[in-house]
Amino acid sequence: MSEIVPPEVRPKPAVPAKPSHVAPPASVPHMPPHGPGAGSQGSGGGSTLLGYVGIDTIIEQMRKKTMKTGFDFNIMVVGQSGLGKSTLVNTLFKSQVSRRSSGWSRDDKIPKTVEIKSVSHVIEEGGVKMKLTVIDTPGFGDQINNENCWEPISKYINEQYEKFLKEEVNIARKKRIPDTRVHCCLYFISPTGHSLRQLDVEFMKHLGRAVNIIPVIAKADTLTPEEKTEFKQRVRKELEVCGIEFYPQKEFDEDMEDKSDNDKIREAMPFAVVGSDKEYQVNGKRVLGRKTAWGIVEVENPNHCEFSLLRDFLIRSHLQDLKEVTHNIHYETYRAKRLNDNGGLHPISSSSDTQESNL
Amino acid sequence: SSGGGPQGHRSYQQKNLEGYVGFANLPNQVYRKSVKRGFEFTLMVVGESGLGKSTLINSLFLTDLYSSEYPGPSHRIKKTVQVEQSKVLVKEGGVQLLLTIVDTPGFGDAVDNSNCWQPVIDHIDSKFEDYLNSESRVNRRQMPDNRVHCCLYFIAPSGHGLKPLDIEFMKRLHEKVNIIPLIAKADTMTPEECQQFKKQIMREIQEHKIKIYEFPETDDEEENKLVKKIKDRLPLAVVGSNTIIEVNGKRVRGRQYPWGVAEVENGDHCDFTILRNMLIRTHMQDLKDVTNNVHYENYRSRKLAAVTYNGADNNKSKGQLTKVDTVEGISPLAQMEEERREHMAKMKKMEMEMEQVFEMKVKEKLQKLKDSEAELQRRHEQMKKNLEAQHKELEEKRRQFEEEKVSWEAQQHLLEQQKLDASRYTLPNQKKGKNIDSFNKAVLNVLCMSLQH
Repeated sequence: MSEIVPPEVRPKPAVPAKPSHVAPPASVPHMPPHGPGAGSQGSGGGSTLLGYVGIDTIIEQMRKKTMKTGFDFNIMVVGQSGLGKSTLVNTLFKSQVSRRSSGWSRDDKIPKTVEIKSVSHVIEEGGVKMKLTVIDTPGFGDQINNENCWEPISKYINEQYEKFLKEEVNIARKKRIPDTRVHCCLYFISPTGHSLRQLDVEFMKHLGRAVNIIPVIAKADTLTPEEKTEFKQRVRKELEVCGIEFYPQKEFDEDMEDKSDNDKIREAMPFAVVGSDKEYQVNGKRVLGRKTAWGIVEVENPNHCEFSLLRDFLIRSHLQDLKEVTHNIHYETYRAKRLNDNGGLHPISSSSDTQESNL
Repeated sequence: SSGGGPQGHRSYQQKNLEGYVGFANLPNQVYRKSVKRGFEFTLMVVGESGLGKSTLINSLFLTDLYSSEYPGPSHRIKKTVQVEQSKVLVKEGGVQLLLTIVDTPGFGDAVDNSNCWQPVIDHIDSKFEDYLNSESRVNRRQMPDNRVHCCLYFIAPSGHGLKPLDIEFMKRLHEKVNIIPLIAKADTMTPEECQQFKKQIMREIQEHKIKIYEFPETDDEEENKLVKKIKDRLPLAVVGSNTIIEVNGKRVRGRQYPWGVAEVENGDHCDFTILRNMLIRTHMQDLKDVTNNVHYENYRSRKLAAVTYNGADNNKSKGQLTKVDTVEGISPLAQMEEERREHMAKMKKMEMEMEQVFEMKVKEKLQKLKDSEAELQRRHEQMKKNLEAQHKELEEKRRQFEEEKVSWEAQQHLLEQQKLDASRYTLPNQKKGKNIDSFNKAVLNVLCMSLQH
């Protein structure tokens, strides 16, 4: 199992089952203190304990387990060519993980149809191993006629769900089902400064229900601060008008704390980001940035761009949540639809009969 | 002494002058005449929305062509590709320039952009058509030149290469208009990225055999150096701005970022000054010349050849040069003669027809008049007859009356005689007077009664 949380096979809960008493992976040191190790007498309003029992050591046990097993994360990047997708992914994970670095040269022709190319790497930090898969979609939105160019992507996402479903429904299941489902889709918006393009709206409409979409404004060093705020407002309004829900979706906020956190994030989205894998010297520090004739754009400077916000949001606070929403909501939706349509995949297993396994 | 001509096939004798004649003044005369006339220039901007086209135009001509009262096409919603013209008259140093900016909002913005170049092609062709027609007219005094002299094509700064749409557009338009490709929003890229990108674009342009506008070589060394500098930096990477910012005490046009100010007119920051100098200060006339001598001639020969060889002209044009059937192989000039003759014949026929119609109408009218005259006459006759009849009646009555009168008079006379005989003693006058009076009265009565009848 790749999850720290109780494994994938669970009776489909209507509410995302984020066990409130389990803190997000405490292995990442920058975690906002969410009751780390403190004996959280937590939600279960129960009886107070008469002495120290040791229930809270469960967190430590989980951490150990996770470190051993590691976990998967699949991120998809979608956007027209030249918006800096590969660069951004490299910057996010501070290593050359994108397709571009795995041997794709700049002279590659734009493919005639949208292709799906995925590259996997295992990166390690603080003893925790993560198998990161970056799924790139070259050719998206680059043709003259871009009708239905989101279809190959939609197909791919559904295929991953299908694969997982098949594994799940098997009699002799693997101990740890390899999770290739797309946990997060970064959609790159071109920084025109005016509004969303028709293609953007179409894509997000079609795929917003199938996968977690996080829109980002690419190449944000094109926009001055005023233009940036205006553009963001306009984009947010347009998304609202079209009924597009991006991650974090309002409907999945569980409690007030979540809601307030997520509201803050939603206000700041879409993040205007700049990516770079080059380092320069600024004020004695070495920073990632882009050097132009009139100054150096610092990637991690919050006054220059919102890259650090995106990174914190994506990796440091909501990584686990992304996976959970994918599993508990998007996957379940797919599964329910699939099983309803067919009346069951295999003649042997029935849809409601799943094994419960606990921590 | 005389020298041979340059190429030798047609050598003119070159003579040296022995004094100052003064025709070196010719360019000045031309200059003065042109300044009086004023200049016209049509510039077309093409590119996806959000690439800063309107801003660049404002920066180039230092006017607010698009202001908040008249927002640029980018601020208006459009569903299909439009072609919009805006005219502005700029004056500088006594020279007038009528500048026309043709904008193409909606280009490349839809999901399906097939044929989004068609409205642009149609516009350019229609301007050529207008010029061709006005050139072929009899009265050519007013010949406004609305042909598109230059097309600025904006390439999005992806950093990779040309998009399929860019290539398709340029391939279809490079033989109709001078294309100058520009890299828009060049402040997105670092200098190295910009170099890479430019090289990549030029490579692709050559690969697809796209003919962008070529700066002409001149004999002047200095100018050649400038031209070479421009050529090295093609396609020009530009940045536009409507805002003025203070930098080191100077006021410059630029874009203010948290990490610095990108100056529009700084040659190290972008190629805007090169574009402006090239477009306005050095090559404007050349652009017009190339449009006239190359693109327009191409269009013209294609159009006229099509008319000559193909029979029915597929383009619905303004009618002066279309023909339904022709004889193959006649030169365009003879063709035009033929057409003119036909035209005259047609005119004559029309004239005759019109005359005929006119005559017919006249006849009709005359007939009508005659008829009404006859009618009137008839009525007149009728009335006269009536009158005659009445007259006769009256006459008859009068005669009767006269007869009666006479008879009555006779009677009276008789009576009188008797009375006279009987009364010789009374005064005859009085009685006669009375008698006459009453006699008159009686006559009147009878007359009245008979008239009443």
